[in-house]
Amino acid sequence: MRALVIVWLKEMRENLRDRRTLLSALVIGPLFGPVMFALMIGLLLEKTVSEADEKVVLAVTGSARAPNLMRFLEEHDVAIQAVAFDLEKARIAIRNGRHEAILIVPADYPQRLRDGLPAPVQLVSDSADNRAGKYVARIRALLSAYSSQLASSRLLARGINAEVIRPLAVDEVDVSTPAGRALLVLGMMTYFILFAMLMGGLYLAIDATAGERERGSLEPLLTIPAARSQLIYGKILATCCFMLLSLAITLTAFTVGVKLVPLESLGMSANFGPGVALRVFSVAVPFALLGASLMTVVASFTRTYKEAQGYLTLVLLIPTLPIVFAGLYSLRPSNWLMAVPSLSQHLLMTGLIRDEPLPALQIAISVLTTLAAGLILAWIAGRLYEREAILG
Amino acid sequence: MHPEHRSRPVLHLVLGSASMIEVQGLRKYFGSVAAVREVSFAALDGQITGLLGPNGAGKSTTLRILSTLLEPDAGGGRIDSLDLRADPLGVRRLIGVLPHSSGVYPNLSGRENIDYFGRLQGLDRGTIARRSRELVELLEMGDFVERRAKGYSQGQRLKVAIARALVHSPRNVVLDEPTNGLDVMATRALRSLLRRLRDEGHCVLFSSHVMQEVATLCDAVVIIAHGIVVARGTPDQIRARSGAESLEDAFVAAIGSAEGLQ
Repeated sequence: MRALVIVWLKEMRENLRDRRTLLSALVIGPLFGPVMFALMIGLLLEKTVSEADEKVVLAVTGSARAPNLMRFLEEHDVAIQAVAFDLEKARIAIRNGRHEAILIVPADYPQRLRDGLPAPVQLVSDSADNRAGKYVARIRALLSAYSSQLASSRLLARGINAEVIRPLAVDEVDVSTPAGRALLVLGMMTYFILFAMLMGGLYLAIDATAGERERGSLEPLLTIPAARSQLIYGKILATCCFMLLSLAITLTAFTVGVKLVPLESLGMSANFGPGVALRVFSVAVPFALLGASLMTVVASFTRTYKEAQGYLTLVLLIPTLPIVFAGLYSLRPSNWLMAVPSLSQHLLMTGLIRDEPLPALQIAISVLTTLAAGLILAWIAGRLYEREAILG
Repeated sequence: MHPEHRSRPVLHLVLGSASMIEVQGLRKYFGSVAAVREVSFAALDGQITGLLGPNGAGKSTTLRILSTLLEPDAGGGRIDSLDLRADPLGVRRLIGVLPHSSGVYPNLSGRENIDYFGRLQGLDRGTIARRSRELVELLEMGDFVERRAKGYSQGQRLKVAIARALVHSPRNVVLDEPTNGLDVMATRALRSLLRRLRDEGHCVLFSSHVMQEVATLCDAVVIIAHGIVVARGTPDQIRARSGAESLEDAFVAAIGSAEGLQ
């Protein structure tokens, strides 16, 4: 125990003096998430604001053939731009990105309309173009509104109530809470939080193992009259402390950042005050032991600082896997999923941010399984240091 | 194996059992590679014993077994009265080890490096402060010991590493090629330290592949080649026994005979 504490204190002191460790633990790791978050929110805000205000411009070929349709579109904030494209030219213009959508009114349009036959119009667009998608959807909706308006007046002219062709009245009720809607963006925070924790301990884990061996200070250390496992446990503890420090900075940055971003104008509200930050901190604490032990075990197998850096960069990706999986399958929290470290932290943190009630049993399962996995890995790290091969 | 190496009593050159470091029949393989085949010798209190041999002869492996970093496949040994296998932690308390690679922590000052090992050895603050003061004076480290070790020269790093190994005042001192890469002044300082330790009654064991160093410094020499001890004794005894003019010729003769054994 005494050796553990001495090693822990020394690793803390030494690494608090190391510029690279400090930079990655206290600056890059913790601020990467909040900065990304701010950028994304900023872009989202800009997009939403511009979409609402922008007047849509629609290129139309043969607009003179459909004066009523043109008036209808103009009444609904669509500016008509007359062009003279056949289908082939229109295709090229869309592909070049000169226009987002082109409406072609064919020559037989007026005649068929007069005869009460379906009058063709062609809407040319690129469905693979996400940016144009909303714009095209709006034009499509307007066209179909115009179509049903015409149908209604035709029926009326024949003395039939237009209601008969509206057998269903669909009323959509959106039950997502403002905090739930914010989740789309805030959901990424959980990964940033886990990432920041791992970044916080990364260099310490390397320095305490591969770094120590490469410097040649490992062999003298192992001649100390203390159990080797105690030495490595001290190092893991120091790594944990740096990870928690990094976590605290990340959460502080998020708490401040969320206040500065006008989420309400996006129809979202972020449930992320100091109270939630503290609870998020608590559910993330067990992950520190797991991450520190995992990085220490991986780094123990490497010969050099560089090699360790390469492998640990991969370790940074490990917590993403369950989170991506959860996203793809829209997993809801369950007792079983709480047994998967990193996924359970993701689900718990998400729940806290959504302001959902968290069952005590799920929290307990998450804490216990993650701690157990961390302890097993720490024990493995201890065993690795008992091997003679650790001398290299 | 040559019968002579097995039958010769280990302590033939010492009186009684006053030896402080003693190993017998050490053998160590790494996979199928033999690092040490048959190493037996004793090093006494108040003597400097040199472990002499070419590169790859098994010197480092032998010293690592002595400092309980490695466990031998066969054979064993003891430091003072403690058995290497039975009480490795106890053995570590009795020895100060300067391994072949002795890096220091660059973000700690020289003194903090020394203090760290003092605390790990279980010394109290007062003792650490006193020992560290003594060693800084002895090794003439005063003008750099408070600086971070990041900018140290190799000689300065080695001084810190030696002080670190001696902070708990071990009775037995084991050094693996301590003069490697040192300049003349640092080598002289190291030699005078080793002599001083001997005069204080310590048991000093160091390895080297430099003949002159061993010849000038050592009271007893153990020549090792291909993992086998091929000659033991005072420099004079070894010379006399091999009939060679110099220790170097004796060394070459000894190694040659070892190669003949294969």
